[in-house]
Amino acid sequence: MQIPVEGFMYPNEVELQWSVLIVLYPFITGLVAGAFILASLERVFRVEAVKPTYRLALLTALAFLLVAPLPLQLHLGHPERSLEMYLTPHRSSAMAMFGFVYLWYLMAVLLLEIWLDYRRDIVLKSQSTSGVVRLIYRLLTFGSSNISERSLRIDDRVGYFITLIGIPSAFLLHGYVGFIFGSIKANPWWSTPLMPIVFIFSAMVSGIAAVMLLYMLSTRLRGKPLDIRCVDKIAQYLMYTFIIDFSLEMLDLIQRIYEADESFRSLDFMVHTRLWKSQVIVQILLGTVTPIALLGLTQILKLSEIARKRIYALAGSLTVVGIFAMRWNVVIGGQLFSKSFLGYTTYKMSFATREGLLTAIVLMLLPFAILWVLVKLLPPWPDARAISASGTAPAHGTS
Amino acid sequence: MDITRRRLLILLPAAAVAWKYVQAGTPEVSPNYKMTEHWWGMLIDIPKCIGCGSCVRACSEENDVPDGYFRTWIERYHVSDWKIERPEVESPDGGKQGFPPNEISDGKNFFVPKLCNHCADSPCTQVCPVGATFVSPDGVVLVDKNYCLGCRYCVQACPYGCRFINPKTNTAEKCSLCYHRITKGLTTACCEVCPTGARQLSDLKNPKDPIHEFLRTHNVQVLKPHMATGAKVFYNGMDGSVR
Repeated sequence: MQIPVEGFMYPNEVELQWSVLIVLYPFITGLVAGAFILASLERVFRVEAVKPTYRLALLTALAFLLVAPLPLQLHLGHPERSLEMYLTPHRSSAMAMFGFVYLWYLMAVLLLEIWLDYRRDIVLKSQSTSGVVRLIYRLLTFGSSNISERSLRIDDRVGYFITLIGIPSAFLLHGYVGFIFGSIKANPWWSTPLMPIVFIFSAMVSGIAAVMLLYMLSTRLRGKPLDIRCVDKIAQYLMYTFIIDFSLEMLDLIQRIYEADESFRSLDFMVHTRLWKSQVIVQILLGTVTPIALLGLTQILKLSEIARKRIYALAGSLTVVGIFAMRWNVVIGGQLFSKSFLGYTTYKMSFATREGLLTAIVLMLLPFAILWVLVKLLPPWPDARAISASGTAPAHGTS
Repeated sequence: MDITRRRLLILLPAAAVAWKYVQAGTPEVSPNYKMTEHWWGMLIDIPKCIGCGSCVRACSEENDVPDGYFRTWIERYHVSDWKIERPEVESPDGGKQGFPPNEISDGKNFFVPKLCNHCADSPCTQVCPVGATFVSPDGVVLVDKNYCLGCRYCVQACPYGCRFINPKTNTAEKCSLCYHRITKGLTTACCEVCPTGARQLSDLKNPKDPIHEFLRTHNVQVLKPHMATGAKVFYNGMDGSVR
């Protein structure tokens, strides 16, 4: 397949190394980190209004986290050797730490927090169900069926502590992904110390938007009334985080334009040609400025509930698309220009191949399938909390 | 499981075999060759290069380089007058078949052979997640294709575009400075065939190597010095427009 090239590329540069699957990797881990940080708002910062989304946010983070390594695995030339990263990690490599950061986050933070939060429900369900379902719940109790007041209080305290550790861990998970790109000095499009910070804030933006949309969609599907106070609050946080994220990105852009170093002319040309649609139109105008403006409107004007809901749905969707475009522009954009700064190549996405569009679509749908199973198994809805024999469902805040 | 003496005796050799396997980064050596006595680099004399492409062809044959990929290649530069920041560069098929006659008469034209710079502080080896690519004790950056994951991070990290993924092995590949030859006392395939002596293998640890005299008496540069990679491919007579 002939790849169209403009100007001069070093001959080995013509073929892109990282495909759409590597675009998915930061996008998915970003959703994980963002969803977790939203959950921690309620747990640590006591933002009571967002409570209805707490459990949904945790399950969303888990569903996406389980899928996060798949695009990397599929991308490797030798997937069967991937365990080597655990067995003989190269200490100076940013990428070598992925396995450990991932495992830490999955095992020490997310799974533990979800288990502690659901333990009471799991125990009660293991007593009230029958057959295979009962067996699943019994396995999930891990042999601990003590749900006394004291025991639940300990769960809550430990859970709070894990969330405390979880916040820097979520920052680590995604800041680290940013560092993978930001530390490549050979590539001026990536090489900036702002990259991990921009990644963290964009992760928060995408995760908050995704959980907000999922909450709105799930209440609609369940035919339940939407807690508009909750969505108002989430939308408010989304806007604040988005403004910080956008400011950081603009800071990076202004710095680049003002400094205009040796790479500037080449990168500027790329943004005005090959990345014009995905960067300027989709990422900046549609995916950032529009949702910020829409969310801003809801803060300034006194709009009806229905109007607000519609605006949130639109702004949330645009946000997720915008953040995906940002990941695309970072990963793909960073490979379209020559390191000689004299030419440009083209990314040709295949369809039904290992790294093609179809694989990417399946990988993006997979977390939703996992989330569906998780939601069935561990209902996150506030009204679905298992009621104990005394008829009360405990709440957080006892720690 | 209780570790008895008998079991330990069985486990130890197995562990030793496994350990040998996980010890990536030990290059193959020839008998009598002492890695610590060498520090390899290359000298490229730009005014001597005629762009014939012999080096690219020799490298391709010697190392079974797949079509469309290059362990070494030649670029032809055209710099008109003062436009040093905007040179016109071409490298048709890596210069493998030489270059068509130049039709631009104004300005200056010259050829620049490129290859892995065998950097002492190589960014490519730094980022490899499993250490499958490494700097050998004699200063050659090598790739263990039996250990490489094919994650392509090293390809991204090389500032010079010297690496590629071999479609046959799905692993990273680059110039090995013909390690299989130089450890047997031979020179590299590209240096061997260069008709003008524009490429010379250099042993920086050998005080008798003519490179030392050459470096003392000529204006020599490395590519992209601001990258601070400790590049060991030295270019004589290199124009400021080369990148």
